[in-house]
Amino acid sequence: MAYTKRVDGRKIDELRPMEAKAGVIKNANGSASFKIGKTWAIAGVYGPREVVPRFMANPRHGILRCHYTMMPFSGSGERIKPGRSRRAQEISMVMEQSLAPVVDLSAFPNSVVDIFVELPQTDAGTRCAAISAASIALADAGIPMKDMVSSVAVGQVDGMVVADLNYNEEAYPAIVSDIPVAMLHNTKEITLLQMDGEISKEDLLKALELAKVATEKVYQLQVKALKEKYAVNNEDN
Amino acid sequence: MIVNRETIAELAKENKRLDDRSLTEFRQPILVETNISWTAEGSARVQIGETVVMAGVKLSIEKPYNDTSDEGGIMVNAELSPIASPEFETGPPGIKAVELARVVDRGIREAKAIDLKKLCITPGEKAWFVIVDIISINDGGNLLDVAGLAVLAALKTARFPVVDPETGAIDYKQKTDKSLPLTKEPLPITIYKVNGVLMVDPTNEEEKAYEARLTVGSDAKGTISAMQKGGDVPLTIEEIGKMVDLALEKASFLRKELTKALKA
Repeated sequence: MAYTKRVDGRKIDELRPMEAKAGVIKNANGSASFKIGKTWAIAGVYGPREVVPRFMANPRHGILRCHYTMMPFSGSGERIKPGRSRRAQEISMVMEQSLAPVVDLSAFPNSVVDIFVELPQTDAGTRCAAISAASIALADAGIPMKDMVSSVAVGQVDGMVVADLNYNEEAYPAIVSDIPVAMLHNTKEITLLQMDGEISKEDLLKALELAKVATEKVYQLQVKALKEKYAVNNEDN
Repeated sequence: MIVNRETIAELAKENKRLDDRSLTEFRQPILVETNISWTAEGSARVQIGETVVMAGVKLSIEKPYNDTSDEGGIMVNAELSPIASPEFETGPPGIKAVELARVVDRGIREAKAIDLKKLCITPGEKAWFVIVDIISINDGGNLLDVAGLAVLAALKTARFPVVDPETGAIDYKQKTDKSLPLTKEPLPITIYKVNGVLMVDPTNEEEKAYEARLTVGSDAKGTISAMQKGGDVPLTIEEIGKMVDLALEKASFLRKELTKALKA
């Protein structure tokens, strides 16, 4: 059976409904909520602040640290035991690498910028939602940034190249590939690239082209969220 | 803003607070939102003032404990996520998280608020176990009371998932309309003693100024099911009596707020 129509009826480049909001955690220096379909990421940025443990400090520039956590009730199956899993550690690392190229922490030697991401519910695309939320939160925190990082998964389901796979597409009983991508808005450079599944080189390049279109939609929403917060603050003054 | 704890203590003596509340008044807004997570069997986000907590209920089928072979079980866990405060650290739950979880847990368990016998499927073999996870989102003070309200809201709105009658496997993606056998509605309320006077629902700054605190878990009838004294200043029996009165009054106030929110 060929995959001719997406399981939820979306167009190939159509993302699930998204919502984004900046400034959702009062105590954090910057924060954001990012929802795409039934996946929800909340990011909080703390810093620049003193590095603990001290040996991690770099006297030349500040460091960026990500902490990705799925809430114990956020998986579609059984409860997830709290504590850092191997998966969460790896995602935290690739998040750091996807965001680091845009932040300039040269003015903050021996400091750290911590990004905490909590996911209350998930349905595929969690690392992408986490990165998109984190990028809004970094901007909200006023961390010097060269560009915005926008992230969404692309992939191939039984021969059809699509954007933003949901869980049912990831689990589709055919050849599927899932490619989480993070892209910088101005340069279209890619800072997150992972893949699992199977794909031809032609389809991979097609998928990455599609990622440009898809991440642009995320970018528009990220900017909108930041502008909305800024507008609210003006009224307060 | 760093506020001298002495200022807070002096104001308390004059029946005043920095935010102009009375000493026995909860902050506003009090917001209760339920079913915030489609992956949980029950969930809630509760905000009181600037404090925000999420709670989620997961159900699973396990073998009952040997000494209670005809009962299911309940467990409450809390994660004071560093997303919520610059003072929280990563890593396994610290003593503050453990205490919070255990006090909320006792309030429900000891009240027998959930009829554990009704959670039993096959004695000695299979029973439902309820695990509630509390996650702090923003610590603006009084996390425990806010968490207690979030847990009750999540328990009240939880629905059992569908179980395949042939294999006994749980289909977490489908919920039935069957709710938990909740027989009571216990809520924990913490009363703080600041400069000799009693205070509820403290902000972060006020939390740093207290001498002693008493958390009282109670149900709608006023039966007490859990208590925990904190702080290194002793309390007189007379003070404890007043603290319990105030805790029962505030529990009934929050229970009404919860009922209102669930109806809306």
